[in-house]
Parts: sequence; C-alpha cells; structure tokens
Amino acid sequence: MNAGKQLLKRLPILAALFTAGAIATAQTTVTIATVNNPDMVVMQELSHVFEAANPDIRLEWLVLDEGTLRSRVTTDAAIGGASFDIVTVGAYDTALWGANDWLHSIDELAASHPDAAEGYDFDDLLPAVRDGLLYDGSLYAVPFYGESSFTMYNARLLDEAGLSMPEQPTWEEIAEIACELHDPANGVAGIVLRGKPGWGDNMAPITTVINTFGGQWFDDEGRPTIDTPEWNAAISFYADLVQRCGPPGVTGISFPEALALMSQGRAGMWVDATVAAGFLAGSEAGADIAHALAPVGPVAKGNQWLWSWNLGIPTTSDAVEEAFRFIMWATSSDYIELVAEERGWAAVPPGTRTSTYERAEYQEAAPFATMTLGAINAADPLDATANPQVAPGVQFVQIPEFQGIGNDVAQLIADALAGNITVEQALERGQRAAEDAMQDAGYY
Amino acid sequence: MAITSGTGTGPSTQPAARRSRRDARRFLSSPALIYLILVTQVPFALTIWLAFTNWNLLRPASAGFNGLGQIVRNFRRILTNPDFLLVIWNTIYLTVAVVLITFILGMLFAILLEKPFPGRALARTLLISPFLLMPVASAVLWKNLMLDPSFGLSAWAMQLFGLQSVYLVQEAPMLSIIAIVSWQWTPFVMLILLAGLQSLPADTREAAWLDGAGPVTMFRFIILPHLRRFIEIAVLLEVIFLLNIFGEIFVITSGGPGLQTTNLPYQIYLEAFSRWNLGTASTYGIVAIVLANLVIIAFIQVLRQKRKEMA
Repeated sequence: MNAGKQLLKRLPILAALFTAGAIATAQTTVTIATVNNPDMVVMQELSHVFEAANPDIRLEWLVLDEGTLRSRVTTDAAIGGASFDIVTVGAYDTALWGANDWLHSIDELAASHPDAAEGYDFDDLLPAVRDGLLYDGSLYAVPFYGESSFTMYNARLLDEAGLSMPEQPTWEEIAEIACELHDPANGVAGIVLRGKPGWGDNMAPITTVINTFGGQWFDDEGRPTIDTPEWNAAISFYADLVQRCGPPGVTGISFPEALALMSQGRAGMWVDATVAAGFLAGSEAGADIAHALAPVGPVAKGNQWLWSWNLGIPTTSDAVEEAFRFIMWATSSDYIELVAEERGWAAVPPGTRTSTYERAEYQEAAPFATMTLGAINAADPLDATANPQVAPGVQFVQIPEFQGIGNDVAQLIADALAGNITVEQALERGQRAAEDAMQDAGYY
Repeated sequence: MAITSGTGTGPSTQPAARRSRRDARRFLSSPALIYLILVTQVPFALTIWLAFTNWNLLRPASAGFNGLGQIVRNFRRILTNPDFLLVIWNTIYLTVAVVLITFILGMLFAILLEKPFPGRALARTLLISPFLLMPVASAVLWKNLMLDPSFGLSAWAMQLFGLQSVYLVQEAPMLSIIAIVSWQWTPFVMLILLAGLQSLPADTREAAWLDGAGPVTMFRFIILPHLRRFIEIAVLLEVIFLLNIFGEIFVITSGGPGLQTTNLPYQIYLEAFSRWNLGTASTYGIVAIVLANLVIIAFIQVLRQKRKEMA
C-alpha cells in the first residue's frame, strides 16, 4: 500500500525523466578530437555558447597532446573507425588526408549547406595559411589557428650589454649577440633553441636554418639530400651555437622548456613560433621582450616557418551537417569577437583572418601582431628551398614518409647536438635511413 | 578419459549421465573459453596477418595481404637494418641491468624491514610508494622536477657545490632510464622478498643460530634457499614487465639521443606511429614475442640449474 502510494507520488518525476531522455536522444552528438593547446582549450570552454544557439547538437571532446592526437586520428581514419565527426589536423596532414579521401571537401560542404556557411567570408582567411590546406585545388579543412616563426629577445639584457638587434638579423649576427650575452655563472643563457628530438620539435627550427643555408630534405624527385655540405654547414652552425652559448641540456629543450627559460629572463633570445610572443607578454620578463624577424643565412628563403591547426570533417562522420555548422562557427570572425569579449583581444586565436589584424584593439593588445602577420604572409611553402623540392612545406615536406624520416633524423641530430657523434656521422646515417624509407615507398 | 571413451556405446546409464554432466559443464564454460581465446589470440593473429602486408597507414592503397614474399621482405628489411642489433641489445641490457639492481636493493630493503623497529610501518609505506606511481607520472616527475638542468633539484644541488649543471638524461641517457626504472621496481622485489622472509619459521632460524650459524652463514644456507621460490617469481615477473618498458622512454628520452635508449617496444611504436609502417611494425612484434620467450626460457633454465646445484 505504502509502496504503491510512494510510486504514485513519484510518477510525475519519472515521467519528467523519460521526457528529458527523449529530448536528449533527439540531439545529435558531434565528437571533436583536438590538441591541448591553450587556444583549443578556450574553444572547448566557450563551446557552450554554440550549444545554446544550437540545442539540437551536443558536443563531445577528446583533447590530447599533439603526437597522441595524430596517431589516434590517423589510425582511426586509416581503419575507417568513424570515432570522430571533427578532427584537428595540422598543416602537414591536411593535404595528405585530402588525397586519401579521408576528409570532406569544405568547398563542397559550403555549396551544399549554404545557410551554415553564410557570412563566413572565405576570402578573409590569410592566403598563405589557406593555400596550405588545398589538395587538388579544393579546401579540406578550415584554419583555427596559424603561426610563423620569428626572433624574440630580452631587450633589457641586450641594453645592459650595449648590444642592439637589427630588424632583420642574420644568423651570424644572432650568434655574435648570443655569445656576448651568454653568462652561465649567473644562470643566463645567450640563446635558447629547441634540441629535443622530433620532426615537430627540434627539426622545425633546424629545417628553417637548413633552408636558409641553402639545403633541403629532398630533391624534386624525392631523393634525400641530407648528406650535403649545406646540411653540414647548417647543423654544425646550430650545434656550435647551442653548445657554446645555450643553456645546459639542449636535447631536453622544446617549446615549453624554452618558454620557461625566456619568461624568467634566463635566456637572452629565442627563435621560435610567433605564438610564443603572446605567452611571453604576460610573463615575468614580459615588459623586456622585443621582437625581430626570423634570422636569415646565405639564402633568403624558408627562414620563417608556417604552421596551422585546422578543423576538418572525416568522410566517416555520420553528423556531417552538424559538424560543418560547428567548424564554421569556431573559425568565424564572430568566434574571434566572442573570445575577445570573454578573454580579451590578446587571447584570440592568431594567424587565420585578415580582419583580426585590421582591428585596432588587437594591434594594441598584441604589439607583435604586425610582425606576425608579415612573417605568415612572407612564408611560402611552395618556394622555401634553394632548389625545387618533391612536395610543399617550409619546416616539413608534405609527403607521408616525412614524419618517419623527420623523427629518425631528429634523433641523430640530437645525438650530434649532445656531442655523442659528429655532424658527419649523423648526416651520413640520416641519409641512409631516409634513402631506405624513400626507396621502400617507391619514389625512385 | 579412458573410462568414458570406452563406454560410449555401453548400456550402463551411469557413465552416460556423467558424460552428459561433463558436457553440460563444458557447454557452460565455453563462453568464458571463447572469450579468452578471442581477447588473447585475436590481437596476436592480427599481428601475424599484418606482418604479411606492406601497409603504410597514410597510403590506403598499400593495405592488403601480400603473401609469403612480403613477410620475407619485412623480415629482411628489419634484420638488415643496421640499428636492429642495437635495439635488441638495448632491450636486453635495460632488462638485465634493472633486474640485477632491483634484486640487490630489494633484498637489502627486505632484510632491513623484516626486523621490527620504531617507524617500520611508515618506512615500509614510503619505500613502496615509487611502485604505486604510474610510470608516466613518475617519468614526468623525474624529468622535470629532479633532472631538469635549469629548474630541477639536481641543478640546485650542483649549484650548492659550485658545479656546472649537467643534464643527466643527455650525458647518460641509458643509465638515467635504468636508474629511474630501478627506483620504480625495487619496491616490487622488496615486497615479494619481504613476504618470503616473514614466512621463514622462527624455530628454523633459532635452530641454525643454536648450531652456531653467523649472519653470513645464516643468509647463505637458511634464508637464501628458503627464498628461492620467491626470487624466481619476482625475477620472472620483472623480466616479463621490463621487456615492455615504454612509458619512461616515451616521456624522458623519446628513445634517444640517437638510438641510445630505443628498446624493442619503443622501436615498434616508432615503426607504427612515426613511420606508419604497420607491416614492419608487426614483424618487429613477432620478433618481440620470440625474444620475450627466449629470455624467459633462458632465465628459467638458469634458475633450474641453480636449484640442481643447491640440491
């Protein structure tokens, strides 16, 4: 009796729960795989705005570090796993994915869903960034974030030493200034550069040095050209610089480690991603940091890199329309306004839209903005090396084999930076590994 | 078996009933058996199948069974790779070194902890804690908090003595990995040996003591023979786990500099997720299985030999 009454009392609650369940099932779930970079974390935090405006869509997130994300989404795409409706793909991967028919063409989606793409303004996207996402003339992902590289230096330290930084330094000048500043007794390194092995770690800045010293990874047919005098000059220069005038333990240093040193005033200068300037601005040494262009060597080409993180929709997705609505929202100028409103102009994702750089508020909040834009526009993935190369890319080469070869060579170079083997040995072994990989893949 | 197989056609009802009961039992246990076969053998079968392919994940057209010629090519590719022997050597060196270090340290700590002393429970908990940390967490801790040449504890300690800070992971990568993994696995050996020590009857020890056995004799002729089984278990389990060390290498050295800390599991990871070659990665996988079996058989043989000598 009592139990019956209890049940009757609860009936409305149960009914309400069932209805709620029914509403929940009417929603479409969109699963997003992305990188754990600060800009993507902001996107996840602000995505409730999108969900509120699109009650029929529920977003689910998988946020991973770059390497893990790449192996997860690539494996998923290769075996047709269909786990994701939106994937974050890098500038290196997008065209390869497009070639494999793993991503929907954005042009086609924009044509078939004109209401979702309304007001998006594709022409506002930075041409250098957008062109890196084309395969066969068609766009396969939309840029969420873009960067180039330049020189950041601690102007106070330079002033104290009576030195000055040219607007466009050469690598020779950089080495000279760095070694003047180098003061290990007081815990100040002249220059901090990446040495941690990985194609996206040490090989990103090192490849820009190789480019501007006249070297390149492959010739126009895909024959490796690692065992060359240009590579030797570039790597010897880099190794000598970090060994003589860099912090201890170069093979453990990548972006976060260098950022930590620079932001505490424990390094005189740093050549790295333009996005670092935003992090440095808010740090301990923030007020002292000034910027110059990426250093050049004998060949004035490929000395500044170009990278972007982009959102694409896998062909295996079963919520294409909903996913398309989200990526149009997350890469729109409205989204940039939203971040500016919620987090301030300094926090907006850089390097995607001309309109961002035209805003006076952004120029004011990010004094390095003009230089960043100049660097991004000056980087040309189609003409980054002295001689033609087999595929586009500044600090990478857009072929499937590059990641493996890049990582293998990165390890050998780290071994040379640590002084365990000579530069000659590293290059000779790198050349052999690259030749094996390219021959196995049937390039020649 | 002998009884039931002969009575299949017999008139007796008892064996038939027994058989039907046995069949029912088999039937009921079959889901578990099938489940076990699926979860343990399917990945292995897939590995073998993949070894017959030349599948580069980024080239969908390269997927597909290529026949015997391909597995021969894959084996030739990895066996003629000049780095192959180095990788095998790294794997064995890392495993054996850690087993030896953890065995000696584990034994010392176990003997230390066996006798009651004030604060023993606390000391035991503290000594066990490295093993309770996740491998990746402890690797991050060592890399950044302890060994970082600018911000780490080691840098601070070096500065106290007015020395130039060195980056141990760069100067001695393999030794760093061995030290960190040993730090982590010593408690495991210690726990097993401690359990062994505590199961040694007190009267045996007393009898030996009355017979005039000193500490060394006691250890050599009473404690060590008693611990033999425990040592075997500890070493065997350690070898199985240590052949698969991955997290520490992934986080601290990424297998480098060069190939100095690349062991077989890390090489498989590189082959599959850096070079995207599933065919060669799976061939390496087969090599890893063979190697693991060889090392374990070798260990068991050595231990058996020891037992015979001691008997």
